[in-house]
Amino acid sequence: MKQILLGNEAIARGAFEAGVKVVSSYPGTPSTEITESIAQYDRIYCEWATNEKVGAEVAIGASIRGARAMTCMKHVGVNVAADPLFTASYIGVNGGLVFVAADDPGMHSSQNEQDSRNYARAAKLPMLEPSDSQECKDFVKKAYEISEQYDTPVMIRLHTRVSHSRSVVELEEPQDIVIRPYVKDVNKYVMMPGMAIRRHVFVEDRMVRLAKDSSENPDGTGLHRITLNSTSVGIITSGAAYQYVAEALPDASILKLGMIWPLPASLIRDFAARVNRLVIIEELDSIIETEIRAMGIACEGKDLLTLQGEYSARMIREALSDEPNHAGGIAQDMLPASPNRPPVMCAGCPHKGLFLALSRLRIQVTGDIGCYTLGALPPTSAMDACVCMGASIGMAHGFDKATDGQDSAHTVCVLGDSTFLHSGITNVVNAVYNQSSITILILDNSITGMTGHQQNATTGLDIRLRPAPSVNLEALCESIGVTSIRVVDPVDTYLCQQVIKEELVKKCVSVIVARRPCALIPIGKGRKEDRTVVNKDNCKACGLCIKMMCPALTEGSDKKPIIDAATCNACGLCINLCRYGALTKGGRKE
Amino acid sequence: MTATLNKQIPSDGKGTYNLPALPLNIVLAGVGGQGTLVAGKLLGSVAIKLGLDVKVSEVHGMSQRGGSVITYVRIGNKVFSPIIEHGTADYCLAFEELEGLRWSGLLKKGGTMIINSQKIRPLPVLMGKAEYPQDIKELFVKASTDDSHVVEIDALAAAFAAGSSRAVNMVMLGALSYISGIPLPVWEESVMDVFAQKEKLIPLNLQAFHFGRDLMR
Repeated sequence: MKQILLGNEAIARGAFEAGVKVVSSYPGTPSTEITESIAQYDRIYCEWATNEKVGAEVAIGASIRGARAMTCMKHVGVNVAADPLFTASYIGVNGGLVFVAADDPGMHSSQNEQDSRNYARAAKLPMLEPSDSQECKDFVKKAYEISEQYDTPVMIRLHTRVSHSRSVVELEEPQDIVIRPYVKDVNKYVMMPGMAIRRHVFVEDRMVRLAKDSSENPDGTGLHRITLNSTSVGIITSGAAYQYVAEALPDASILKLGMIWPLPASLIRDFAARVNRLVIIEELDSIIETEIRAMGIACEGKDLLTLQGEYSARMIREALSDEPNHAGGIAQDMLPASPNRPPVMCAGCPHKGLFLALSRLRIQVTGDIGCYTLGALPPTSAMDACVCMGASIGMAHGFDKATDGQDSAHTVCVLGDSTFLHSGITNVVNAVYNQSSITILILDNSITGMTGHQQNATTGLDIRLRPAPSVNLEALCESIGVTSIRVVDPVDTYLCQQVIKEELVKKCVSVIVARRPCALIPIGKGRKEDRTVVNKDNCKACGLCIKMMCPALTEGSDKKPIIDAATCNACGLCINLCRYGALTKGGRKE
Repeated sequence: MTATLNKQIPSDGKGTYNLPALPLNIVLAGVGGQGTLVAGKLLGSVAIKLGLDVKVSEVHGMSQRGGSVITYVRIGNKVFSPIIEHGTADYCLAFEELEGLRWSGLLKKGGTMIINSQKIRPLPVLMGKAEYPQDIKELFVKASTDDSHVVEIDALAAAFAAGSSRAVNMVMLGALSYISGIPLPVWEESVMDVFAQKEKLIPLNLQAFHFGRDLMR
């Protein structure tokens, strides 16, 4: 049966068909939908892990115990999972083990555009790179065969344009879930120096065998596809870039690599010998090109195409073809420039009231990864730094120690509930132990928001929306030794401002939990009768409500606000802001 | 790589269909929350029913937060790149005027732009740091080559008439369907497929779809 699937859905389907038993992941764009789709297959145990390292370790354990297991993450998630990843390479597998890493060239939703292929090389693991949804499914199934045959975890590299493109997939019957017998084997599973020294020999030999088999069996182990056309130019490429090459250069000979690490050296030599000009087309880093040059084969690559961002058929055509680009039907030089449309905090977003308070306080804010990173942009512009998951707390502590505690009187760190659990907790332990005086704002919106609303250990629901135990953030902080813990409703923006002021002056670690559910989840929806209405007689057209940039509240020609009832989520923030009683509850109950 | 469809197409009993040349490139440009992702999914279903290859490329992440969102749909006998290049879109469905302006370079010579007359002012405009361009449709008419077409419809009003402002996406697809050369039953079945999990929404969305067709008559 044929179905149209997102690349990520096809990865999940592949796991189902391959008889995977355990999947543990932390959400991250563009990888999130893999594990969400896994949850639709009842026979697979799946979970949202606390972070990528935890997810990887759960998968490693399941593999050692004999189950086929998977963990999925975005490219920066691999940094978090890198510690177990590198040693899992030595241990190998019992049941097949697959790490899925989704890269984001062009940074559609990421803080950097690191290239996950570097991890396969550094951790000495085979890596497969599919270029469409059908390959996503096929490569996952092949990955489990390779994993068990060569005793190795296998990495699959995805790309925003593969993860988030839908294309046609032929569905097949799933294999049965098989749990292999587990036999205690300290030489394989306990990595102490004496054992690891021997396993390292195995790992190096494994990579040599994989490279050889990938060359000698291009259709099988290698998953490569060779198209021999014109001999004037030959392209070596993989993944999403292959699609642009096939589009832009229909006459070129193409070696499309499926297993992109280790590289199939003799296959590449053969291909290079058949063409007059060899060009390597790979997005981001020049990994394949560097290796091919090291083999002593002349080639071109990054001298023609950039190290940055996404490629396109147009870029490749411009670099390698005489074909003109397409003229458009609407002359662009006759049109005005389009104003940007940056993403904004939603109507009813609980982060808005808190960031308005931070903006009024004009204090330093170390930020973190989530929807609330938008607080760095106008109108609040209340963020000084944002690096990676959980870093806000450590950075604030760094500000504190760099200034002998001075800056903590006017510095806070902000992070969400899911980010706090992911990698904030160890930072709190560090700050308390090292006697910091930082103020930590946990923005608890009862969901992992930015990635599209995944449950986490504070929400009381599991990945399949069944009841689950929930972490009590206040009790957790108290147990670490935080002595000043307050809870506020971020919509009470003036109260938030006051509470933050009070905590800033305290010479200890303070935690303020700003708690209100995300306006986009069922428990965050306001009541229709609480929606804002404007009393124009009271309005002085001061513009305060307009400046907060709520998508539901715009400026009329009389400079007074207009509420879009369909968009208003009845949070009441604008009502709290107004000093003249011009905004009140009173939307119609429909 | 132009090809034409060479298979039997079911008729809706009102005559023959002039199916478009392939590949068929459709751009869906809008603002997060306007339903471009669902519209893209529906077009994928249309392609499958026609027995064709298809790629639908989306960008998630910022899509719910009022940012600019673009979905590319490419239908053909064999589709490689999921991205529609500058000057190659047969149809550009602009769910919002400014987004139509932003992505208008994608339209090919002889292509058709269907604009929803809705205006959603972006942050820089709300802050008074930029102007929302005036008379975008007239600008398009002046800037378009002789054989390109620009059609403006009020999809928001039609969606409201069907029962929900969120059905703008179905109105836009209805408008496209009328000029697409693809048989009506294929479209209607696809609407039902996309909402199969939320059956009670099917009548409203079919209604909005037909209102969109009516706007093109």
